[in-house]
Amino acid sequence: MSTAHAHGGHHHPFHAHHFETLPQQEASARMGMWLFLGQELLFFSAVFVAFFVFQYMYPEGFLEAHRTLSIPLGTLNTLVLLTSSLTMALAVRNAQLGDNKGVVKQLGFTIALATVFMIVKYFEYSGKIEKGQLPGQWYTYEGLPEGASIFFTMYFVMTGLHGLHIVIGIGVLAWILIRATKNQFSAEYYAPVENVGLYWHLVDLIWIFLFPFLYLIE
Amino acid sequence: MSTAAQTDTAHAAGTNYLNATKGLKSWIFTLDHKRIGIMYLISILLFFLVGGLLALGVRAHLFSPEGATGMSNDTYNQAFTLHGAIMTFLFIVPSIPASIGNFFLPLMLGAKDVAFPKLNLASYHLYFLGALFFIATIVFTGLDTGWTFYAPFSTDRAMNGVILATSGAFILGFSSILTGVNFIVTIHKLRAPGLTWRRLPLFVWSLYATSIIYVLATPVVGITLLLLIIERAFGVGIFDPALGGDPVLFQHFFWFYSHPVVYVMILPAFGVISELVTIHSRKHIFGYNAIAVSSIAIAFIGFLVWGHHMFVSGQSGLSAAVFSFLTFLVAVPTAIKVFSWVATMYKGSIVYNTPMLYTFSFLFLFSIGGLTGLFLGALATDVHLHDTYFVVAHFHYVMMGSVFIGFLGAIHHWWPKMTGRMYNETLGRIACGLVFVGFNVTFFTQFVLGTQGMPRRYATYHEVGDIEPQLLEMFTLLHQISTIGSFIMAAGLFLILFYLLASVFKGDKAPDNPWGGLSLEWATASPPIEHNFEGQPVVRRGPYEFPEIDPMIK
Repeated sequence: MSTAHAHGGHHHPFHAHHFETLPQQEASARMGMWLFLGQELLFFSAVFVAFFVFQYMYPEGFLEAHRTLSIPLGTLNTLVLLTSSLTMALAVRNAQLGDNKGVVKQLGFTIALATVFMIVKYFEYSGKIEKGQLPGQWYTYEGLPEGASIFFTMYFVMTGLHGLHIVIGIGVLAWILIRATKNQFSAEYYAPVENVGLYWHLVDLIWIFLFPFLYLIE
Repeated sequence: MSTAAQTDTAHAAGTNYLNATKGLKSWIFTLDHKRIGIMYLISILLFFLVGGLLALGVRAHLFSPEGATGMSNDTYNQAFTLHGAIMTFLFIVPSIPASIGNFFLPLMLGAKDVAFPKLNLASYHLYFLGALFFIATIVFTGLDTGWTFYAPFSTDRAMNGVILATSGAFILGFSSILTGVNFIVTIHKLRAPGLTWRRLPLFVWSLYATSIIYVLATPVVGITLLLLIIERAFGVGIFDPALGGDPVLFQHFFWFYSHPVVYVMILPAFGVISELVTIHSRKHIFGYNAIAVSSIAIAFIGFLVWGHHMFVSGQSGLSAAVFSFLTFLVAVPTAIKVFSWVATMYKGSIVYNTPMLYTFSFLFLFSIGGLTGLFLGALATDVHLHDTYFVVAHFHYVMMGSVFIGFLGAIHHWWPKMTGRMYNETLGRIACGLVFVGFNVTFFTQFVLGTQGMPRRYATYHEVGDIEPQLLEMFTLLHQISTIGSFIMAAGLFLILFYLLASVFKGDKAPDNPWGGLSLEWATASPPIEHNFEGQPVVRRGPYEFPEIDPMIK
């Protein structure tokens, strides 16, 4: 906050000149993020559609292949991600209260949980790679009906894209964490934390759909 | 912040956005939407030149049945593929919104900039990066899939450029999405006081509809191209029938984007025509609300018609019929627009200047392009006309005859504002005539070629099936007329390039408001100052309430 006074005037240091007021800027940032999330949904929608199309083409292959997935590991990861959404929401709350230390702490938890998620994914992936439960031409596993290889294609594409979003999420979480250590957030300026939070909840939400479709539904 | 100091100095007499700062760096890393718009304009026109030269090569080759230029069939395949891919991804998708839209959206809203200037610059840099991928495709490998990248040809047999080109298109998609997000937020949040939704210039409404499609359709092609890249690189089997995948799925995904994106191309041109027709007719726009809402309606219905590209791809008869019906539905909001433009001109005092001549060209060519679309939307005729030159002629009438003509109209209309210079009006009219005549000679013949059965994408046509001699003679004649037309058009386009460049150096100084427009971009200097306006403009009336005709219409 101190830098604001160094520049003179009443401007908040992060208030860009083309916005009349800081709340207008914050509202714009929020709206931009919601639009971005809209395009993310459509981005993922196509792989979901592809999944359903192939499930329709190969009902048996998909049923048998999905039974090879580990429900305990999937459940564990669901719990990990849901908890990370909680800590993310707490980080936003702390930012709104101007408690930058609280933001740092909660973001730290969120990043740690995201890392746990990726570690569990690593064990799941390496198990499949060992058994040859791999996409398309790399599929060498035996004993499953036709179409199982396409199931694993979709499994790797969907969880892979989701995992990529988690990794990007860890990056932006770290960026926000560093900004919070510089005490940059306050009750009037917290849109970056909120927007990263929105992104994180979306990544969480996509997993909420991936988990039942891939692991649970018979 | 440091920009506060710049604001004060920029208001000194004689400074504008072009000379406020100097040097290449001040352009490449500028956050000024006007400079970004100009950089887009130059890049886009550069790629139009590349794509256009490829088209001339294609046309020259078809001058004789055996191929007149001596290029091999493989080279020909690459030429038409790169023509299509460059024109689609690098020229026409960004064309009006990214260049004219970027420049004029904040001006029309009375804003200092778009909502996210850094994101705007990032969009341009992504465009540039995507363009580099396409250049690499041309230089290092080659591409012969057609611009649609249909699987399974693109997943195994096609040339190696597939991954490079699709990566380029993927990156360009991000550029579009960011532009769309930026525009929507700008229109929502940065309107000047008094600028209500129903006082927005119709060009802004069209950009709004366009941006919705950018944001909602582009991610689907993004994931589709990504899946294609994964498929091609690793053989995962999604689109490859040999591995259990489904190539028709690719077509569904591809057209789910690529049909709405047709409206990304045409909607901004509609917006341009709405502006041009009213200002140069000195007449209140007929049916403001209908035109504004029909843009949104087209954007919405546009998402539901992709299957009409796949009538012969093996989709079910029922879904083909539904898609055909929905396709006809698009004609309703489109016709509302055309009738409104014509009604706007009724009893107006029309000025026959270059922008207005382009408006006339647009109305004529778009009517033909739109109506021939109905032939293709109808199932029975489509089966006959599918993959013939009729399709080629149809989409060139819509894409080039309408979008590009609208783009040229926009460039001429707003050139004085962008550059502060007037172009040579006489040369402008001559060039418009050349382009109009050349265009019709080139593409109207192709309607005839198509109905006679000439398939598209053939490098030579002396052995099309067991072709009868008189049919071959007719094909040859029509192809020759078409080729001559394309060179007439090229002459017109080079003439435009010449006098526009000449005007930058030697043109008369443009007044602030050469056409008597009422929207906010005419309320600032030509060229505009760095921060667009001295102080915050306030809007008190609609954009087309020209004072001299007010009593007449009320």
